[in-house]
Amino acid sequence: MLTLTSPVDTVLHGVRAGVKLAALCGYTVVLFWLHDPVLMAGAALVPAGLIALGGMEFARHAARMLRPLWPFLLILGLWHWWTQDVRQGLTIALRLMAAVAAANLVTMTTRLSDMLAVIEALARPLARFGLPPRRVALTFALVIRFIPVLSDRLTQITEAHTARARRKPRWRLLVPATLAALDDADHVAEALRARGGAG
Amino acid sequence: MERNLTHIALFAALVAVLGLVPPIMLGSGVPITAQSLGIMLCGTVLGARRGALAVLVFLALVAVGLPILSGGRGGLGVFAGPSVGFLIGFPVAAFVAGLVVERMKAPVGLAAGAGAALGGVAVLYAFGIPGMAVMLGKTLPEAALLITAYLPGDAIKVVLAALITRGVAQMRPGALMSRP
Repeated sequence: MLTLTSPVDTVLHGVRAGVKLAALCGYTVVLFWLHDPVLMAGAALVPAGLIALGGMEFARHAARMLRPLWPFLLILGLWHWWTQDVRQGLTIALRLMAAVAAANLVTMTTRLSDMLAVIEALARPLARFGLPPRRVALTFALVIRFIPVLSDRLTQITEAHTARARRKPRWRLLVPATLAALDDADHVAEALRARGGAG
Repeated sequence: MERNLTHIALFAALVAVLGLVPPIMLGSGVPITAQSLGIMLCGTVLGARRGALAVLVFLALVAVGLPILSGGRGGLGVFAGPSVGFLIGFPVAAFVAGLVVERMKAPVGLAAGAGAALGGVAVLYAFGIPGMAVMLGKTLPEAALLITAYLPGDAIKVVLAALITRGVAQMRPGALMSRP
């Protein structure tokens, strides 16, 4: 399955995931503390510069990941043009883009396995409440394995439906999809139990 | 034990897959995605605790960088964006939806509809609106105004969640973990 980690190797790929996440937290706190568009633009240069260091292809990937923001930027633009408060609108828009770009940067430069290791480390204290880390890891592995399986199942259900009805199933897809998830869960539970349980 | 684990995992996968279903456009141009319907179903089918855990697993996989949030979004960036309140509200929404189905002494379909409305709309908006207000620098009423566009779509999803939960209960009696 595709992840959002960039195949282009950058300096940041070598930095440990925990360090990057801590830096991201600090940076985001600073962003919410600034209230001046010029200072905010300066702060936004940090992720922009790091993205630029990665080269053209890396920058294009980063730009693609910012695309979901444009409806919100449009709303902000119209809103603050209407209220005649362009400085504040600019501050908010810059903060939004800088925060999302910086967070995306961590995602783009950290391998999925390293991120999962962070999650497992965070889940370790839960062992005291009866949730062993192994079980957490198994759950994540199962989800990652079953996303393509369920996706194929949905395609099959859609094809079977269109073969009979000549129409897209739309919401009618959802009952068989839910049943498929329930049935698969039962089968996998049985298989796990047969192999000595989830541990 | 194994059944809990696999149901949580499979429903997390289901929520992810429902994000891939192309959204239906409403007249107002606002897309309705099946993903938040999946959140409601986690609660109404799996019950409060398992439903909330399934959604948490899904969110963790979004955070670590799988592009499984509707529209192919994912990574840490979505938690820094305007929708962060909704993401935080997702597990709570599933929990409340499940709790209503578990506790309400009404036919499954009715209870699922009530749960989806309370959890998937009321509770979710209670998290989503403040999140949007903070991220876009707006007051709460202003942020509430911005998301009224989603209300018709969410009303449709409540009805669908009720119908689907009832359908599942009819076709697999005993499979509904929210009504053991």
